Amino acid sequence: MSPAAPGVVTFVMDGKDVSARADQTVLAVAREHNVAIPTLCALEGLSTVGACRLCLVEIAGSPKLQPACVLKATEGLNVSTRSERLDKYRKMIVELLLSERNHVCSVCVSNGHCDLQSLAQSLGIDHVRFPYLYPSFAVDASHARFTLDHNRCVLCTRCVRVCDEVEGAHTWDVMGRGIRSQVITGLKQPWGESESCTTCGKCVQVCPTGALSEKGKSVAEMRKRRDFLPYLTQMREEHA
Amino acid sequence: MSVAQTHHGRFLGSRTPAPSGDARWKLVAATMRRHGYRADALIEVLHAVQGAFGFLDDDGLRFVAASLRVPYSRVYGVATFYQHFTLRPPGKHTCVVCMGTTCYIKGAQGLVEAVQDRLGVKPGQTTKDGRVSLLEARCIGSCGLAPAVVLDGAMHGKIKAEDLVGKVEEWMKHDS
Amino acid sequence: MTLEELQALAEKTRAAAAVAGRVVRVCQGTGCHSAGSDTVQQALARETKERGMGEAVTVMRVGCRGLCASGPIVSVSPDNLLYRSVEASDAPELAASLGGEPLERLRLPSDSPFFARQKKIALENLGQIDPESIEDYIAAGGYTALLTALASMAPAEIIQQVSVSGLRGRGGAGYPSGLKWGTVAKAAGAEKYVVCNGDEGDPGAFMDRSVMEGDPHRVLEGMTLAAYAVGAKHGFVYVRAEYPLAVSRLRKAIRQAEQYGLLGDKIGGSDFGFKVELRLGAGAFVCGEETALMASVEGQRGTPRPRPPFPAQAGLWGCPTLINNVETFANIAPIVRRGGEWYAAIGTPKSKGTKVFALSGRVVHTGLIEVPMGITLREIIFEIGGGIPDGKKFKAVQTGGPSGGCVPEKFLDMPLDYDSLVSIGSIMGSGGMIVMDETSCMVDVARYFMDFCTGESCGKCVPCRVGTAQMHRVLDDITRGTASEGDLARLEELCDMVRNTSLCGLGQSAPNPVITTLRYFRDEYEAHIRDKRCPAGRCRISQEAAA
Repeated sequence: MSPAAPGVVTFVMDGKDVSARADQTVLAVAREHNVAIPTLCALEGLSTVGACRLCLVEIAGSPKLQPACVLKATEGLNVSTRSERLDKYRKMIVELLLSERNHVCSVCVSNGHCDLQSLAQSLGIDHVRFPYLYPSFAVDASHARFTLDHNRCVLCTRCVRVCDEVEGAHTWDVMGRGIRSQVITGLKQPWGESESCTTCGKCVQVCPTGALSEKGKSVAEMRKRRDFLPYLTQMREEHA
Repeated sequence: MSVAQTHHGRFLGSRTPAPSGDARWKLVAATMRRHGYRADALIEVLHAVQGAFGFLDDDGLRFVAASLRVPYSRVYGVATFYQHFTLRPPGKHTCVVCMGTTCYIKGAQGLVEAVQDRLGVKPGQTTKDGRVSLLEARCIGSCGLAPAVVLDGAMHGKIKAEDLVGKVEEWMKHDS
Repeated sequence: MTLEELQALAEKTRAAAAVAGRVVRVCQGTGCHSAGSDTVQQALARETKERGMGEAVTVMRVGCRGLCASGPIVSVSPDNLLYRSVEASDAPELAASLGGEPLERLRLPSDSPFFARQKKIALENLGQIDPESIEDYIAAGGYTALLTALASMAPAEIIQQVSVSGLRGRGGAGYPSGLKWGTVAKAAGAEKYVVCNGDEGDPGAFMDRSVMEGDPHRVLEGMTLAAYAVGAKHGFVYVRAEYPLAVSRLRKAIRQAEQYGLLGDKIGGSDFGFKVELRLGAGAFVCGEETALMASVEGQRGTPRPRPPFPAQAGLWGCPTLINNVETFANIAPIVRRGGEWYAAIGTPKSKGTKVFALSGRVVHTGLIEVPMGITLREIIFEIGGGIPDGKKFKAVQTGGPSGGCVPEKFLDMPLDYDSLVSIGSIMGSGGMIVMDETSCMVDVARYFMDFCTGESCGKCVPCRVGTAQMHRVLDDITRGTASEGDLARLEELCDMVRNTSLCGLGQSAPNPVITTLRYFRDEYEAHIRDKRCPAGRCRISQEAAA
């Protein structure tokens, strides 16, 4: 089969030729080739929003950085997934997240199993140069099985998307805007009083941090299980 | 072809009962009907609720959500995204100080502080007796008359702090 | 209504107006209106009637004349007289003067540079016609372009004229309109939309407001021509709820146009139909960004999404969508009527035509102006604007609102266009132009804009949501005198990062006011940081910091 066969494109990633299906994103292609691009809001099986900006990549000939999770593989594209500049921006983005809310790992249920924590480690962040903004949020423990701690939330909206797109309940959404944004259940009701929540727990499992956790878990005990998402996606495609 | 058919929404009559017998709900229902109960009319309908009642409360939000078939959390997310919508009842009188750039460089901050000192409330708050709300606007587009304020819906341009406080004091003492 | 019927109506309206020899026009723009121009109009109508002038004098309300700070403005034609700060109590005296000696006490010289230096295309009907009368608009040549085009031009020819005109988007970014229209026209899809962006959110801008209030039919005609050109059947005008007068005038205009068959099915007897709905914004600056605006039109939170796909390919409900702002649409009918070449002859090689600016701040004549591209800032501020009041010294002019920058004195003689402003770190923006004198502290101005951007950030992407908040914090510290040199370095790093990594234009341009003030007024930053002193005497340096 020739590389120019319909639906197949060839492009350059980090100086190497790669081929991909035309409907694939650069992020998906990178993962196939074991090229690590940091991500936070992206999760396979959910729609992409391009919001965390960690997966930004450079495109030769364009001054604009593009999120790899959204950027489609196209013929002749020339992307760089690593550079001094990208490293610097990625580090700053994670530092900004760490400065936004309280992310003290040592007392967190997700310590050791947290996407934000691993990002900080892989990017070599040992301290945060920005002052902590830390608004203080109450913890919502009204749900029989789960806990919501806004103080750990990074507003990635994975919970909002999985609840809407996979479970079909749309219990979650985001209220307010800017630095005062917050995830909510129903009409900003206590989670346990939400009429639409099915207690399926998908939101908890996709949450990258300790913001959503199962009750009864102590420090460092909350491990997230996300295998259901690619499985459900695949099954639904099969039976669509 | 009618617009209702083309914007994804289905034309569905609403069977959701209004929160109360208050006649103002009829106005809201009329707006929803005019838009064919389409979900994309959410903001228009919230304008209608706030126009009729002065603010958006939970009962109203539930009614709108059920009528337009929009999830509660999305309705709440929209209602809190836009600065124009308020979830708390406004005071009997409202003083809106424009904080647009021109008003700002012509001393709008001083106007806010003067009213704030007189009323003891911060922008966005209402006096305890429910008489006056102090609000800030991003820009009301009356830059030629900066600094500008809107008192109970009427624009006043090139206003001085002492005159503004004088007008607010009128509200405080009269049973108007 | 066919073209012949339109021309007959125009003739009839003009003939009726000619019977009354004298027309008194009372400005009903927001500025004049708030200064009581409606009572002035009523008083003048009463006075002229009581004096038996009913037949010979028509008193009418018109849209913004531009000189907002001197309102209410009254003009008398054919005598070419302009009166300023007219009050209802002046009505008897003014009415008595009609046809006789002008009332010198209130007179405004009509040859003043404020009017003489302007060139009006988008604003040509403002101050001339009654914005609530479609007949007036038709008498002034309105809807001729539309009906002529429907009768004798192919959609591609209209796009061709718009391309030839060189018109660039007047909302700020300056994207060539003809190119945009061509993309939407070529995009596949049975359903397409035309959206007019009237969400003028820049603080210090009131151009679009004045056009929507003063000449709403011009906007509708431009949109309808666009719809015909790109193949759309439905349109939306997205207007700020903060502009109630614009909302009511547009509503009325849509109704009138539908009654005359100039909107709706089979416009002008052709097979082309176009319907327009109003959508009210609800106070979110980010909705000026086109993908956020579309989310808002769809009734959702106004959060932007990554582009591509661009709205021209996948916009409202996934359909190809043309989005232009109010001023852009206001230029379309004249371009179609008079030809693209005519428009292209005005302006600079890369920025054709005229631009409307809202001139305000520390300047003698504040108001609305329309000038040819290529004019200098000095001509605008010192000739049209009459310079700085109270003997103060010019310091900077802010263009482009929170996405723009502060331009210092050394660039005042630069010909103004999209590219020249970008080259000095600012942008044309939608046309807000705020003059600052020595009493303004440039650090405080930067802090003000960052406060604005922090409050208006939608919160979706991390760099804008948290980055603007952190930049605001540093700027706040500087104005209090509590910041260090290290903070300044961190501020510059944040500017670079937020500009390059934010999802949409709001975040990408949020650092501009900081970057330009740092570039041109760095000494002011340093005075706050090193000497704990605000050179303009505006900031409240904290006591501990000053000690």
